[in-house]
Amino acid sequence: MNLYHYASPVTFYHLAGKLIPWFAWSAGLCTLAGLYISFFVAPTDFQQGEAYRIIFIHVPAAWMSMFIYLIMAFWGAIGLAFNTRMSFMMARALAPTGALFTFIALWTGAWWGKPMWGAWWVWDARLTSELILLFLYVGIIALWAAIDDVRRGDRAGALLTLIGAINVPIIYFSVKWWNTLHQGASIKPSGTSMDDAMLQGMLIMAFASWFYTIAVALYRVRGLILERERQAEWVKAILERD
Amino acid sequence: MGRPWGSSSMTRFLLAVLRRDLTLAARRRGDWLIAQFFFVMVASLFPLGVGPEPQMLARIGPGVLWVAATLASLLSLARLFSDDHQDGSLEHMVLSPEPTVLLVLGKSLAHWLIYGIPLLAIAPVLGLQFNLSWEAIMVLEFSLLLGTPILSLLGAVGAALTLGLRGGGVLLTLLILPLYVPALIFGAGAVDGVIAGTGAQAHLSLLGAFLILSLMIAPWIAAASLRVSLE
Amino acid sequence: MSEPSPQLSVHDLACARGDRLLFKGMEFSLGPGELLLVQGGNGQGKTSLLRLLTGLARPEAGEIRWRGAPIHKTREAYHAEMLYLGHANGVKDDLNPVENLRFAEGLQGRAFEEERAVGLLTRLGLERCLDLPCRVLSFGQRRRVALSALLLADARLWILDEPLTGLDVHAVALMEGLIRDHLNGGGLAVATTHQALNLEGVKVQRLLVGNVAIPELA
Repeated sequence: MNLYHYASPVTFYHLAGKLIPWFAWSAGLCTLAGLYISFFVAPTDFQQGEAYRIIFIHVPAAWMSMFIYLIMAFWGAIGLAFNTRMSFMMARALAPTGALFTFIALWTGAWWGKPMWGAWWVWDARLTSELILLFLYVGIIALWAAIDDVRRGDRAGALLTLIGAINVPIIYFSVKWWNTLHQGASIKPSGTSMDDAMLQGMLIMAFASWFYTIAVALYRVRGLILERERQAEWVKAILERD
Repeated sequence: MGRPWGSSSMTRFLLAVLRRDLTLAARRRGDWLIAQFFFVMVASLFPLGVGPEPQMLARIGPGVLWVAATLASLLSLARLFSDDHQDGSLEHMVLSPEPTVLLVLGKSLAHWLIYGIPLLAIAPVLGLQFNLSWEAIMVLEFSLLLGTPILSLLGAVGAALTLGLRGGGVLLTLLILPLYVPALIFGAGAVDGVIAGTGAQAHLSLLGAFLILSLMIAPWIAAASLRVSLE
Repeated sequence: MSEPSPQLSVHDLACARGDRLLFKGMEFSLGPGELLLVQGGNGQGKTSLLRLLTGLARPEAGEIRWRGAPIHKTREAYHAEMLYLGHANGVKDDLNPVENLRFAEGLQGRAFEEERAVGLLTRLGLERCLDLPCRVLSFGQRRRVALSALLLADARLWILDEPLTGLDVHAVALMEGLIRDHLNGGGLAVATTHQALNLEGVKVQRLLVGNVAIPELA
């Protein structure tokens, strides 16, 4: 099997078209199941009451915000190293979703913080890191928006993502260092302090976020392919057919 | 390719970049003064905003001075490559047989000498305005000495990425400020540590480590960005 | 006379700007003592071609070779022998002509010979401007400063984008003489120009970029 076959825009366009419904349906089903478990199956937390249920959205969103950034950095590095146009398009397609999840993580964090801490915003290490991550996403998107030339934009964005990715762990560490007083990590991978149903709900919501991200990214990539290949015959044929 | 690092033409190249930028800065002292005054003015605005209580000023002083230094550095970084880009000399420098990394390194170093070092001279005076003790001022100086090169090095990446773009200056700020966060935290934290009596050693070590990392990575990414922007 | 072996060659070169293909399948090869005159209307890709040849821009497809090796693989060796003069002069307004040459040489990683530099500036008619900042010089005089840097560098290959723009009649004649000397000394040159060049006794190749034909230049 030839990987370059799938790296060609034509093949990828059609492949993505076939995959999108699958991921979209999976995302929908997982969201329904996850929300059902989160709100009706998972027990009430004896310390935090009902308000804790926001973490079923907050935690997967925070995970996704970081994963997506790393994946963008990965695609950027591949694009710079091998000069593959599809990788740059993948990075561009992922960025808005990453920024969206970062924003959701911040927003739900504030909602959760109000009853827990008594304030909408606390300079907690995680929330602060998320805020800086949002700045990084906004910077990359702004840079893309400012550069008209596709080729330059792709590469410049990739380089910025890369230096950001190297910096993210340092930022996270420094912010944590800066704020030694913060909520103990309640979500550990071992999950010993959590009820099974809680963990299940959270994992299913995480899967829902993944499927949603993939579906939306593929949808955006299709748009980007049509835009960039608009001179190609096969794109003209598609556009005329529709 | 094939030539060892440190060959005489490379040294000559690096020195030429440095001397050229220093000479040009000496011919345009106005620009240089503006950056220094900007630092003083930003720092002086804070007491007007939060009130003149000596204790409070000593509390916020280290952070305010560090933020002001960061902004002052960004102000001058916007023109790190753009002046040379406009008159065409940047292309000549990139087309030199010497590595572009060396060019970026030389220009970052020149930027630090021209805009970073003077901040060290002004900071103690501002420190007194903020009611900082002599000990705290000493640490502030040391943290700025370690930290301002980081600002020039990381800023060069932003300057290279935004070369020739509309609104490049504002965009540069947006791109680079988040990357400055660790320097700001460790730098201001060192001074806070002295004031709180917990010591500055750990912060300064981390700041030094961040400087070394920036020195190893930023010039390569800035050189790559410069090539992308000139294409 | 036997054909000298080609030193700068272009193979199946394509260049795009945005999603407009400027040219494709371009082939030529240029040997010592030869001038390539690039012609074409505005926006047809003359400057883009020159930037590809310098290595500043990367081609959409194809390859550029210097001494038989692709230029992106032997960048340093290539740039040591190549000199580019673009639309912008690369002359710093705050420095005087001698200082400009001094830094231009340093930036090429070479030692500066002041007497030779002053000699060149004098030859180009700038003897009365030696200690004036270039800011006060006229456009044509600044162009001459840039040309002196070109001569000082002693490069094998010149890539000149509109070298005659802003020059008066005397300077054009001087420029023609310089190009002729350079080629007769075994150098190569690629140039774009809208003006007619008098280059008797020089081997000139003409290359039309783009699809709009323009009348032959004299």
